[in-house]
Amino acid sequence: MKKPNVIVLSGYGLNCEEETKFAFESAGATADIVHINDLIAKPEQLLEYNILAFPGGFSYGDDTGSGKAYANKFKNHLSKELAEFLSRDTLVIGICNGFQILTNLGILPGALAHNKKARYINRWVDLKITGKSPWLKGIKNISLPIAHGEGRYVISESEYRKMKKSGQIAFAYEKGKICKYQNLETNPNGAVHDIAGVLGYNGRVLGMMPHPERAMFFHQSPIWFRENEEAKRKGKKIDLHKSEGEGLQIFRNAVKYFK
Amino acid sequence: MISRIYVVSKATDSREKLYLKSWKELGLKGKPSSVTILDSYIIDSQFSKEQLEQVGNLLTHRVLENFSINEIPAKRFNFALEIGFLPGVTDNAGNTAKETILDFFHLPKETDLAVYTSRVFLIKGKLGSSDLEKISQSLHNPLIERSYIATEKEIKKEKTLPQSAPVVILEEKTPVVKVSLNVSDEELINIGKEGIVDPDGMRRGPLALDLESMKVIQKFFAKEGRDPTDIELESLAQTWSEHCKHTIFANPIDEIKDGLYKTYIKGATNLIRKRKGSRDFCVSVFSDNSGAIAFDDHYLITHKVETHNSPSALDPFGGAITGIVGVNRDTVGFGLGAKPVGNVYGFCVGNPHDTRPLYRGKNKQQKMLSTRRIMDGVIRGINVGGNCSGIPTHSGFIKYEDRYRGKPLVFAGTVGIIERKGNGKYLHEKEAQAGDYIVVIGGRVGADGIHGATFSSVTMDSTSPATAVQIGDPITQKKLSDAIVKEARAMDLYTSITDNGAGGISCSVAEMAKECGGAEVDLEKVPLKYLGLRPWEIWISESQERMTLSVPKKKWEVFRRLMESRGVEATIIGEFTNSGRCRVKFNGKKIMDMPMDFLHDGLPVKELRTTFPSRKYVEPKLPAGFARTKVLENLLSELNIGSFAFISEQYDHEVQASSVLKPLSGAGRINTDAQIFRPVHGSKKGAVLSSSLYPFYGDISAYHMSACAIDTAIRNVITAGGSLSTLAILDNFCWCSSNESDRLGELKEAVRACYDYAVGYGTPFISGKDSMFNDFKGYDEKGNPLKISIPPTLLISAIGVMDDVLNAVSPEWKVAGDNIYVLGETHDELGASEYFRMLAKESKNPNAIGNDVPKVDFEKNIKIYSAFEEAVREGIVSSAISVTSGGLATALAKASVGGMLGCNVSLENLHGHASSIDSKLFSESQGRILVSIAPFNMKRFEKIMRRVPVSMIGTVSKDKKFIVTDQKKKVIESNTDKLHKNYHKFSESCG
Repeated sequence: MKKPNVIVLSGYGLNCEEETKFAFESAGATADIVHINDLIAKPEQLLEYNILAFPGGFSYGDDTGSGKAYANKFKNHLSKELAEFLSRDTLVIGICNGFQILTNLGILPGALAHNKKARYINRWVDLKITGKSPWLKGIKNISLPIAHGEGRYVISESEYRKMKKSGQIAFAYEKGKICKYQNLETNPNGAVHDIAGVLGYNGRVLGMMPHPERAMFFHQSPIWFRENEEAKRKGKKIDLHKSEGEGLQIFRNAVKYFK
Repeated sequence: MISRIYVVSKATDSREKLYLKSWKELGLKGKPSSVTILDSYIIDSQFSKEQLEQVGNLLTHRVLENFSINEIPAKRFNFALEIGFLPGVTDNAGNTAKETILDFFHLPKETDLAVYTSRVFLIKGKLGSSDLEKISQSLHNPLIERSYIATEKEIKKEKTLPQSAPVVILEEKTPVVKVSLNVSDEELINIGKEGIVDPDGMRRGPLALDLESMKVIQKFFAKEGRDPTDIELESLAQTWSEHCKHTIFANPIDEIKDGLYKTYIKGATNLIRKRKGSRDFCVSVFSDNSGAIAFDDHYLITHKVETHNSPSALDPFGGAITGIVGVNRDTVGFGLGAKPVGNVYGFCVGNPHDTRPLYRGKNKQQKMLSTRRIMDGVIRGINVGGNCSGIPTHSGFIKYEDRYRGKPLVFAGTVGIIERKGNGKYLHEKEAQAGDYIVVIGGRVGADGIHGATFSSVTMDSTSPATAVQIGDPITQKKLSDAIVKEARAMDLYTSITDNGAGGISCSVAEMAKECGGAEVDLEKVPLKYLGLRPWEIWISESQERMTLSVPKKKWEVFRRLMESRGVEATIIGEFTNSGRCRVKFNGKKIMDMPMDFLHDGLPVKELRTTFPSRKYVEPKLPAGFARTKVLENLLSELNIGSFAFISEQYDHEVQASSVLKPLSGAGRINTDAQIFRPVHGSKKGAVLSSSLYPFYGDISAYHMSACAIDTAIRNVITAGGSLSTLAILDNFCWCSSNESDRLGELKEAVRACYDYAVGYGTPFISGKDSMFNDFKGYDEKGNPLKISIPPTLLISAIGVMDDVLNAVSPEWKVAGDNIYVLGETHDELGASEYFRMLAKESKNPNAIGNDVPKVDFEKNIKIYSAFEEAVREGIVSSAISVTSGGLATALAKASVGGMLGCNVSLENLHGHASSIDSKLFSESQGRILVSIAPFNMKRFEKIMRRVPVSMIGTVSKDKKFIVTDQKKKVIESNTDKLHKNYHKFSESCG
């Protein structure tokens, strides 16, 4: 069976490209990191890929608004190719800054505004899967880290109702394992209807604020020390280097889609 | 033509509520009822109306925002307050907007277009001019920003704010002046202290060269038979500055002829490496921008910690952001370029509740920022610098003390990783070749940061240059950092690289020129932010985000194309030579020509003399009885013990997906004393970081201050699962009044302890930095002159390599029923402890801090630490926390808060000579680790510990009761929820 090809974009302050490549490869894909200027120089190379990933980061330092400048550059040189890419049976993911870029590109509805506390925050959240998408097959709940200053999802009530109906709300923040463990606020940034990620193009395009690529291993979760000790008490031994994190499922789903 | 585009948010802007809230705290007479924030773009261009519309669309998110051109959007307001940058200050958003616009219209770089951003606050409410002034002051720093206030009426007429651009206009000045040194000693002193006299009669600001140095220079140019040019003098001032040459550590001091650094710091490392023999893991120490040790067979790991104090006092945000982004370059500039994989930070600031104003100038002129503004500013600086760069911020601390209010300390460090070999050579080695191009990449040069190196080498007062302030641009640097570390290095496109930090290219070029024996620079080729800079300014400017490389001629074209395609500006500014001289030309005219050896080694040797200050303090009056519950509960809400979660959680510590032991741990989210991460995906190996400082002990004994800092930094690493055998340390000395023999006496003691304990523990120093004049000279709230000197401060940072990163141990209790042990001895060592300092504060007698500071016995401790390492390898340690500030009771409380569990403890059988309940609970005796062990592991644990002082003191309990007894008496009876509340009190108030 042929591995799907993933293009992970980089440049101008995107900074999660390496761990995102690592995540896709751990899930069984082949992934290349490509600088946006190299893609602009040879746009036709987009044809070779099945999955397009906009990783997290701080493109242009959020100047003029998070994701805006990078999206402008992309639109300005690659709209035709993007339209072609979306017209094929492909997948797209935008994580954090990547999600902000996708809304600025206009291929996902809504927008991401300053957190309600207007401060950057890095912590873990719990998510309830509410959308229909190849990315989310078989997942009900998942706990992942967030790290952003502009992650408050905003959308009009009418649009929200449409999206909800069509299963376009990917996940909502919920009070789960981590929030209970560390007694944290469920919704960290004040997003409307607790929305943490949304879908487009029949679920093929996923935009999300949380970082699945930072939850590849058991030891990345803030609760691993406790769970590990509790397992020992039950006489169980967890192989820490083998036990994976919850984020991996999302990348596996993407790979499965092409098998 | 100048036009303005205003962008306003459609959706609710969460910032608005927060501004209103913060303004309430300013004590205004009137009451602002609402505020709307606009982003304003001043655009100087030839664009048509239609084109401007298109630009507006580019700058607006269709869902979030609307824009209007040359017209403030129709909002109800009474005042408009605009905050923009002063001319010449880096405007990152403006640069990005310009880049976006040029790209959209497919216009060339050279296009005549300028974009300036500012923020406009449309304020509704009855406010007097004093209120508006207060609000404006709270929103901007006059050193780098301008503010403009207009009433609704004034704006009604024009519909818009003034349509003028903050352009830099520098008057024509004589490019190069010759400076006659055939002058009196007084004049030599003046030149050294206040700077060269410009044709207009004004002095340029400190060269920080003393009379001896000036005389050596005088003699040199007499021999050369000519007067020096200004650029030659400025250049010498930079390379000879305390900041660059560390003269106080280099010069002979008393009987120590080779100086403190060679004898004690480097001396310790050399001896340790010799003793370790085949187990020596140092690879590159003290010779490069960072220090490097072995990580595994394929990689080296580097570490460097910098101080950025002086600029941070003037502009906390700018100082801190350039501090962190600057030290990142010490990683990229290590060897042929290491990849930054972790940031660390540290702040020493005044008490944020202290509202007493300070002034730099007479008659209450040049007001300093408040301690709170400084604290918020430095925190935000690391936030923006670290987060934007995609480097996880793992470790950090914040200390509060009155004596830091005049001169805050900002520490910033970066860990890097680099392959041992590439393209058939060792990547930690580099050598510029004669004939290579001198190439600068990254940001452009402006007047910012001029005299930074010399400025930070002197006390701060009213003459401190405002241009010493710099604004960081993390993205410009991120682009160059990626281009170098992830591409150019692998393509073998350059032979050497170094950072442009203090002294700008005058230092970086001179440094690299050592490798080949000379350099020749054509200064007019250096890309500038704006016209009008004089050669000497270009030469020493500390404009940020620049690195200097030596690029072989035949590789230049490939290098240039790569940089261009990565959005990085690269320029040839000259050529490396083997002429033995450093030559600088400007438009073909030679303006500097000095032999390398004089430039680097001409600096006169100065004999330093010390005296030994001995101080006696009052012993505080201890509370009667045994009840100490309140004491503990109060200690936990002390600024220096309580949580700083609000800082840890606003710094991205999970980017690069490497985190194992985070800055916050457990259900109760306590700050960890060490952090562990996995810099190489898929490798079992990990890195562990920690740091420690005890400035307050220094009031009693500088020697024990450093001994304790070293022990705690090491112990924090061991406690988290690290190993003494693969552990290295770094020193950062921040001293005060280093021209006073008493201070030098304390310094000598502190450095002697560094040698004794580094050698004792076998932990080599691999890098260090010092900042010797952290004194504030100014005026108090009444306008009376005062000098505030920081307490001599030594920060010890530790970095260790873990064979199996998942041996990590976290500090919080895990499971009820576990047994609690203390390793190590507890003595009557409460001198300058958090407890005694709290008592001194309450009794209003600052001298009542006692005299018995903790003393470190490394021989005993090594036995304890290696036994503990064995227990960790066996995987039987459920939790461990090192006992530090606040003593055993505080450690117990933190472990309980972390696990949100209780504990039941009795203190009868502690090892050591603790004679009072206060000592048992709060003594800060070093070498102690608090451990919890599952019942079924007790036997194994006690067997491993049989040869070291270990006491079983109690058990972890499910109910959140926190109970400590001694001699059958309850001495503390509290509960974890209460302790949790106190521990997080201040942090919560900052959230």
